[in-house]
Amino acid sequence: MELTFYVASAIAIIATIMVITNYNMIHALLYLVVSFLAVAVVFFTLGAPFMAALEVIIYAGAIVVLIIFVIMMLNLTNEDVQQERTWLRPKTWIGPALLSLVLLGELAYLVIAEDMPTINNQPVDARQVGLALYGPYLLGVQLCGMLLMAGIVGAYHLGRQKKKVVHRFLERSEI
Amino acid sequence: MTNIPMEAGLLLAGILFTLGLISVLIRRNIIFMLISVEIMLNAAGLAFIVAATRWAQPDGQVMFIFILTMAAAEVSVGLALILQLHHQLKTLDSDAANKMFG
Repeated sequence: MELTFYVASAIAIIATIMVITNYNMIHALLYLVVSFLAVAVVFFTLGAPFMAALEVIIYAGAIVVLIIFVIMMLNLTNEDVQQERTWLRPKTWIGPALLSLVLLGELAYLVIAEDMPTINNQPVDARQVGLALYGPYLLGVQLCGMLLMAGIVGAYHLGRQKKKVVHRFLERSEI
Repeated sequence: MTNIPMEAGLLLAGILFTLGLISVLIRRNIIFMLISVEIMLNAAGLAFIVAATRWAQPDGQVMFIFILTMAAAEVSVGLALILQLHHQLKTLDSDAANKMFG
């Protein structure tokens, strides 16, 4: 079980590094799916099987498919990959990367310096999560409903393309 | 059964979050920035799951469900914005959107 956790963690970190260093967007998304699946395995070993299922269904399923559909609609070509290569030069990425790694080092020091106990493995199953979700956190569920409603309305409003009416002399756009 | 140290889980969450942060900072392609925000949200959720397992309480998992909902709503609105940007400016460069015309 512990070996599973460490192997899945290594796969998640390597896949995420491949995501952020890849020039081709579709390849990066495939690595992103691998990363999410590895994090789902980590959830499973940590005793959260319901969350592992949700991670696979929503992150690796819905969100990645949505991004792939948008990339297909944008109709990207090989030139965009080349352009991405010109945008990502060592001069641009080395400064922010070093500063962020310093922050990560500080975080790791703070986490390790604290004497933390090992995780007592007691799986929290879906029943307990459901009881907590619809008991003390009922207001949060309602707020999530409002957030999703706002997301739907916003995506519909922003994603609507304006219809173009082309006259012989003047071109104007109508909603 | 298992005794995974809590540091390992929190360190994994920190490393994934830092990778997402680096990607947000260095990328100019706006779709990659959106993907990086997803990575960072996922890492924050992982930290919540680690805490939930540590105390064997369902509260952390409830918080992960909320993060999941927020990520789904955010990615739909973000992708609609990207479609509009690409339709109007014909590029995915985030620097091209610095002027708020039309």
